[in-house]
Amino acid sequence: MTIAENWAIRAISYFGKLEFSARNSGKFKVEMTTPVPVISGGPGAPAAPAIELDHVSKVFGGVVVLRDVCAGFAPGRLYAIVGGNGAGKSTLLRLIAGLAQPTRGKVSVGGAPAAGTAGRQVGFMSHESFLYDEMSAMENLRYFCALYGLDEQGREGACASAMAAVGLDSKLTRRVILYSQGMRQRLSLARAMIHRPRILLLDEPFSNLDTVSTAQITRMLADQRDAGTTVLVVTHQAGLLHGVADEFMNIAGGSLAPLAATR
Amino acid sequence: MKSSVIFAACALLTLALLANGLHQALVVAPTEQTMGDVQRIFYYHVPSAWTAFLCFFANFVASIFYLVRRSLRSDSMAVASAEVGVVFCTIVLVTGPLWAKPVWGIWWTWDARLTTTLILWLIYVSYLLLRRLSLSEQMPVVAAAMAIFGFLDVPIVYMSIRWWRTQHPQPVIGGAPGSGIDPVMRHALYANFLAFLAYACLIIWFRYMLENRQNRLRAMEEVSWVPVPEGAEPSFADEAIQSPGEAS
Amino acid sequence: MSMLSLTRATLGKDLRLEWRSKDSFNSMVFFALLVVVIFSFAFEPSAEESRRIAGGLIWVAFLFAAMVALNQTWAREVRNRVLDAYRLSPAPANALFLGKALGNFIFVVLMEALITPLFVVFYNLRILGEPWLLALVLLLGTWALVVNGTFFAALSLHTRNREMMLPLILFPISIPAILAMVEATTAILTGEGATGPGTNPAVLWLKLLAGYDIVFTSAGLLLFDPILRAE
Repeated sequence: MTIAENWAIRAISYFGKLEFSARNSGKFKVEMTTPVPVISGGPGAPAAPAIELDHVSKVFGGVVVLRDVCAGFAPGRLYAIVGGNGAGKSTLLRLIAGLAQPTRGKVSVGGAPAAGTAGRQVGFMSHESFLYDEMSAMENLRYFCALYGLDEQGREGACASAMAAVGLDSKLTRRVILYSQGMRQRLSLARAMIHRPRILLLDEPFSNLDTVSTAQITRMLADQRDAGTTVLVVTHQAGLLHGVADEFMNIAGGSLAPLAATR
Repeated sequence: MKSSVIFAACALLTLALLANGLHQALVVAPTEQTMGDVQRIFYYHVPSAWTAFLCFFANFVASIFYLVRRSLRSDSMAVASAEVGVVFCTIVLVTGPLWAKPVWGIWWTWDARLTTTLILWLIYVSYLLLRRLSLSEQMPVVAAAMAIFGFLDVPIVYMSIRWWRTQHPQPVIGGAPGSGIDPVMRHALYANFLAFLAYACLIIWFRYMLENRQNRLRAMEEVSWVPVPEGAEPSFADEAIQSPGEAS
Repeated sequence: MSMLSLTRATLGKDLRLEWRSKDSFNSMVFFALLVVVIFSFAFEPSAEESRRIAGGLIWVAFLFAAMVALNQTWAREVRNRVLDAYRLSPAPANALFLGKALGNFIFVVLMEALITPLFVVFYNLRILGEPWLLALVLLLGTWALVVNGTFFAALSLHTRNREMMLPLILFPISIPAILAMVEATTAILTGEGATGPGTNPAVLWLKLLAGYDIVFTSAGLLLFDPILRAE
């Protein structure tokens, strides 16, 4: 995927209700579609969605961030959500994680309201690191393991496998503040996955990663998806998920609309 | 329309009660032997104190209701009663020294009841300050927690101040104006208490309706933004006016 | 995972972080030192007089110094929004509250252990009452300050200028506790009224402090969950 294609996708997603489908050739076929408010999982997707947004609106400080969004996200699928800066991508993830309440409508995770205990099946990687800068990687992960109720034995194993999944050395003893941006970002992803959540919400997971790490993380996400996890990736580098994401979605003007499935 | 008629009727009734209270306090009640006419301030001072305390109690109950039910109406009740309570508490703190100066010869003494009232006033002013400085969405929860803490503090404050004052020799003793009171005086006191209570209820009611209306207005403003009318052009202006923090 | 071990985890995390940076502890100790020195200029520290007001002075110094630590207590949770990660986890809110309150308690007691001897030296104090009671006052009084302080610092997280807000909402509620600490300390320092068993005023104030601690610890535990979950 070239930079030019990246920009092309961004440009397209900016203009909202357009659908593109990119095949192996890398050429885009752009066509107008009517806006479809309700997104069921694509063909072949299981009926019960892992996440459901039911006429969700979010007004924040007098600004409509999301406007009457209806959507369902099926288990075992990877969704790439694109949109311009401030289109409401992060708000969408915070609503699903139960960290924010919708102004109108309902967000449910696994059939229960997201704000309740259902939010705990969610692994959320925010653009904030959710890490203590003054502790080392393993200290951070061990603390969060404890919060998720893992006992001493399970803790070490969970930490090591989470570190391995994102390609970090579990012997790192330096404090997080001394890490590079990319390392911190990968650690943040490991933190989100520490309790093996069935739903992964990732906010710009590739923004500071080099090509090698990006490929590694992308592959790892695909594996997670194949293992039945619902993965939502918010990114403005949609091109990186090409051939991996099951569905591309676009947020613009407060609405969430599907772009063509690429897989 | 109907509620405003009821409100007007209640307002008239309150006015009548206040007029009766004034008459009772200034005309009917006899002049006190040693203190003279200045004692009549007592008919305003004491009912204000009782009313203030009842307001704070209402605030406490409304705050608990809010935490349990999470209805904005309880929060409106909490803010209305706290504001009116602070006003009456201020009246107590102003009329107290006005009476104390000619009778005790000093404006202020660190007497148990005086000090407790002052601390009560401080607690509820800080409660209103917290409400004012809170970020809008979380404010009712935070305020309710503070209100409960504040009210729990009241008996402890009263007890501690009483112990504190009995530890030291008392410079002046007010001679508890409630003891051995003339029945006519007592009648005047109760008449004024009734009038003040009615007055407080009236203002709380008004303030409560105002707050509810504001909440409704805010909710309507939000609704008017959503959902999108059919076939309308989605706006792309969001990028420019995005608020920081929540979504970026 | 029990409440106890989760509390230990949050407390351990707080102690570890503070041990690494020592930011708030150092500032707190230095601030307390400054207050003690400035008070010595404001109030002539000659023996008899100073013993009468020493109880008040030392607690005012501790109160202001504790405010430094309490204001910082949630800062490390807010940085990088780690608090959101806590809200996502199934861990009970009270584990965080208790862990934090205990952490603050340890820091403030350590600070007091450092400053009290200095205060005794500066003001040339001799304790006429029972010293072990003084230790009890210190512990109960500090818990009273810290448990409310931790809770109100969490409240003030939701306000616009939180550092300014904390003392404004904490001090009025803490007045009876402060009064009890000051009176008990003064009674112990001057040895006043300790003529027979059961008449010691310090014991009376200690009971009030214990009651205050129980009431507000329970209130904090009951009300912290909605505060943490507030959006």
